[in-house]
Formats: sequence, structure tokens, C-alpha cells
Amino acid sequence: MGEIKLMKGNEVLAEAAIRCGCDGYFGYPITPQSEVMETLMVREPWKETGMVVLQAESEVASINMVYGAAATGKKVMTSSSSPGISLMAEGISYLAGAELPCLLVNVQRGGPGLGTIQPSQADYFQAVKGGGHGDYKLIVLAPSSVQEMNDFVDLGFELAFKYRNPAMILADGAIGQMMEKVELADYKPRWTKEELVEKNGDWATTGKPASRKKNVITSLEMASNDMEVRNINLQAKYRKMEEEDVRYEAIQCDDAEFILVAFGTAARVCQKAVEVAREKGLKVGLLRPITLFPFPKKVIKELARKTAGFLSVEMSAGQMVEDIKLAVYDAGSNARVDHFGRMGGIIPTPTEVVEALEDKFSWELSYGVKRSY
Amino acid sequence: MELKEVTKTEGTMDIQDILKPENLVYQKTKLLTDTPMHYCPGCSHGVVHKILAELIDEMGIQERSIGVAPVGCAVFAYNYIDIDWQEAAHGRAPAVATGISRVNPDAFVFTYQGDGDLASIGAAEIMHACNRGENILVVFINNGIYGMTGGQMAPTTLEGMVTATTPYGRNTDLNGYPMRITNLIAQLPGTSYVTRQAVHTAGGVRKCKRALKKAIQNVLDKKGTSFVEVVSTCNSGWKMSPVASNKWMEENMIPYYPLGDMKDSVKGEHSEN
Repeated sequence: MGEIKLMKGNEVLAEAAIRCGCDGYFGYPITPQSEVMETLMVREPWKETGMVVLQAESEVASINMVYGAAATGKKVMTSSSSPGISLMAEGISYLAGAELPCLLVNVQRGGPGLGTIQPSQADYFQAVKGGGHGDYKLIVLAPSSVQEMNDFVDLGFELAFKYRNPAMILADGAIGQMMEKVELADYKPRWTKEELVEKNGDWATTGKPASRKKNVITSLEMASNDMEVRNINLQAKYRKMEEEDVRYEAIQCDDAEFILVAFGTAARVCQKAVEVAREKGLKVGLLRPITLFPFPKKVIKELARKTAGFLSVEMSAGQMVEDIKLAVYDAGSNARVDHFGRMGGIIPTPTEVVEALEDKFSWELSYGVKRSY
Repeated sequence: MELKEVTKTEGTMDIQDILKPENLVYQKTKLLTDTPMHYCPGCSHGVVHKILAELIDEMGIQERSIGVAPVGCAVFAYNYIDIDWQEAAHGRAPAVATGISRVNPDAFVFTYQGDGDLASIGAAEIMHACNRGENILVVFINNGIYGMTGGQMAPTTLEGMVTATTPYGRNTDLNGYPMRITNLIAQLPGTSYVTRQAVHTAGGVRKCKRALKKAIQNVLDKKGTSFVEVVSTCNSGWKMSPVASNKWMEENMIPYYPLGDMKDSVKGEHSEN
């Protein structure tokens, strides 16, 4: 058993970064995630592990600091909240284009614009569809507890380096601000220069020795043919993620006639909603995507063949619901897909979710569940 | 670089004698690759690249060097100097260099930026990197124009100067004034050495090389940010021959951007300039 503490989600991000051997954090203050950098500055990890922490002049600068440091093969990260992530979009596109591993955290708040500082999930599209310019994908992890905030730091780095691709923890203000019991990981030492060169020296800008050709980190190709090859390779990498690294949790889905699909804070609400619905005699299950990209299409396709309907419960106007619809369509299923969401920083209650389910699927509930087949 | 004396012989030397290795008086530094440069004839980039490559070789720091290439004509700098490079987004090179340098404190990190990149879109990044005293070298090529995108106005474009976006000349009512950003940089306590050079004459090339050598040494000695502006020509953007560009630069650019050191100090001290 590791050390157990009562901590805020944002604080845990900082603690987990230090413990997993992170080399650098570059950030800019924004509510509701400022505790990440504040915690790091109190901890002064440069004295303990040598990890660098720097407050940048803007999110534009901090993501480019991540780019520079990541290109040298180091484990580096940044965190921000929605408007800050929009500012980083350019840099994230460059990171993806240059195939650099790094960890990004978005502790989402409500938008659009300056929006609100309350929790939201309205950056789903931005996170899973790319977000910046060009055809690219991030590996997107959605924690629904403080424990997962801790666990996904190490996992995020692992996946980022496996694929040489930016990974993002897509949390929200509630997960960032809530305090929960968390089992911390043991300390992992930072890579030594020798380990780093051994692991990443064939591509990273570690300084050119006579023994190898110069390494150049760029996303630029002047010839269209070369640029298309780059894109083809990126797409192949994203397909590999879809084959190898989909993660989800299925709760009481085996006999379910209706499936709630939710991630992060909304999934916690839905877990309770499943209990409430079951008490009412409704056979409801919960599918919680943990990786939002790669999206758990396959399990949705399987469920679509034996379920009457899916209700995507999101703290947004309905974004993930589109990916569920695509998966159900791919399955050739007649299962109906609907959405229930609250916006503006409001977290739905379990009762609201069950009422929405009863309302949106009233036909199926009145006339009997129409099995797809 | 070690220069070998030409062997003096009685009478005439034939071509085979001249080509003997012991008669070599000058050679391209091995750190400049054989890739043909895409720069226009007369452009200052080639000369500044050569000086940097020579210095990195002479100072024996190839293994420690990481260059940050800009967006602009010098985007392909990484094809010409045989060290590890990163290509940065437009204006972001100082932030990229900050990231590299902070997690690799023993590396020699430099950015190579043009006036649009450094003084316009990247004004925030350069100011803050210099203000933090990042241990990096900034090479700033100022030719008063956006070269690669087809000769548009830059922050450093002179008053009255014709560009693609100031077809009737830069009008200060509309476009503001040419920015002497290097003078602003010299005010920042994070910088240690701030200078303005030019490479349009043989003497200028030698002086610029001395300045860059000092700047690199400052970085190796962890003295804070060193900033070397090189007032440059853009004969294709200026629509002049290389020779006419040099003359125009001397008569117009250098009076507004006078050459010389602006600050030679240590990090933490304010410039008297």
C-alpha cells in the first residue's frame, strides 16, 4: 500500500508529477486549476528530484516551453483550464505534428468565452477531435476521482511516450477542487541522461554526438507528398491507439436495457443514477469511457446489439453523444441515442438523470423495450 | 580555425601545387552541411549561419548545441548547420528555448529569429525570456521586412519604406513607428550582453563574429540572456540588387539602427543606455 492522503484533485496532479519522475512543469495561473502550480511551488521539487517548475508569461509561452523541453526527450507537462487550453491550441497542434510526448491537463470550466469558473465538460470536442489546426488526435484520459487524477499522470506519460504523442487529462473543476482519499504512488526516479538517450536519443534533441546524424524536431514539410506521408503515419498511429489502448468501465451493463454513457464528474452522478433507477425497477447500466480518444467504440457497438437506448449524460450541450451515435450507426443497430446535459457550470443530480431517462425513453418504457435484435 | 600559410615557391605554381592540402588557406567549416542554401544571393542569413557554424565548431560545443529555428526565411536553418535543432512556431522560439534550457541547463541553446517573428508576433515571448534572464543566445536578423511571406511590413520597417502592405510607404499615422526593440531588450536586467551588428562588409563580418563569440561564451558561463541583432538586407523584398541593398542599408537602416554594443554587463544589472 502506498501513502494514503486526503487531497484535492489539483494538488494530487502536482504530487503525482513529482513522484512519477517528471522533469518539468510549465504553467500559467487560471481558475479552477491554479493549485497545481501553487502546490509545486510550495513543494519545491527542484530541491528534491530536480524537477523544474516555471511560471510562464502566458499559456502560449507555457505550451511552447513544453514543446522545447519535450523535444529533448524529457517528461514535461502543463496544466490549464478551458480558455487557457484554447490559447495553447497552436502549440498543441505543433506538438502533435512534431510527434512529441508530453502531458497536458485541462481542468475544464464552463464556456464559451470567459464563461464561468464552475465545472463543465464542454471542451470534449476540443480535446478529442484535435482542437487546433490540422488532422491530429490527443490521447485523452478522463478521470472521475481524485485517485484517477493521481493514476493518470503516470499513465498519461506512459502512453505519451509509447506513441510519441501528447496525452491530455481531461478533468473538470469538480474533480480538480474536490478532496478525496488518495493512495499516492511510490517515487520513481527521473531518467538519467544516459537512460534518456537510450530511450529517446534516436529522435530527441539531446545534443548531436559525432556518432549520430543531427536530430531535427519539426512539423514542416515543403513537399506535399512528404506531408501526406507524415499524415498517413499519424493516422496509422491513431488507429494503433484505437486497437491497443481503449479503456472504459462498464457498470451493471450485462442485463441493462438502457445504458447511461458518461465520463468524469457526470459519471459519478450517473453511478448513483443507476442505483436510483434500479430501485425503481429500471434495468439501467453505466458505461464510463476512461479514454475519450481512443473512444470505446467497440464496446458501444456490442452493447448497441442488446440495448434499447443510450443516454449520454454530459455537462455540456451534447458532444460525446455524437461519437456514441457514430458507434451505434456503425453497429447497424436500431438502439436510440439521446442526450441529457446541464451547462454553465451546473452538475446534474442523479434524480434529474433518471427523470431525463424516463422522459426521453417514455415510448420504450410505455410500450415495452424494442430490442434491436 | 587554423590558417595554413601558402607555401612560397620560386616561379609559378601550377594548379596541382595550389590544390595541395598544405596550401589550404581557407575551408568551409565542417559544421556547415553541403545542402545548397535556399537564400537569395546577397542575403545576410548565409553569412550569419556560417559565423555560427564556425563558432560552434571552434568552441567545441557541437554536442551541447540545440538551435531553435524560426518561422520565416531561416526556417530551414536546421538544414545547414550540423547540430540538433527544433523548429518553433512563429514568434515562440524564446519560449521553446526556455523549455530546452531549463531542463537541460548545460546545453548551449540559441534562437535565430527575424524581425516579424521576434518584434511582432513574438514580442511577449522575447521580452519575458530576456527578463527572466534565460541562459540562451538570441540571434535577431533585422531586415525591416517579412521576407518569406512576400515582403510585407515588419515592426522594424522604416518610415516611408515601401512594402507589400505599405505600398505607398510606411505611414506612421496608420502603422506606428519603426521599433528599436533591441534598445528595449537592453533595458531588461535579465540580459547580459546586447549588441547590434551588420555583416555587409568584411570588417562587419569579423566584428559580428567577435560579438557572437562573446555572446556564446556568456551563455556557456551562465551569465543570462545574450542578444545579438544583425541589421540585414533583403534584396528580393527590397527589390534591389545585393550591392544596392548594402548601400541602402548603410544609408537608411544603420542611421536608425546604429551599430555597437548596448549593454555589456552581468544579469541583474540595469543598462545605463
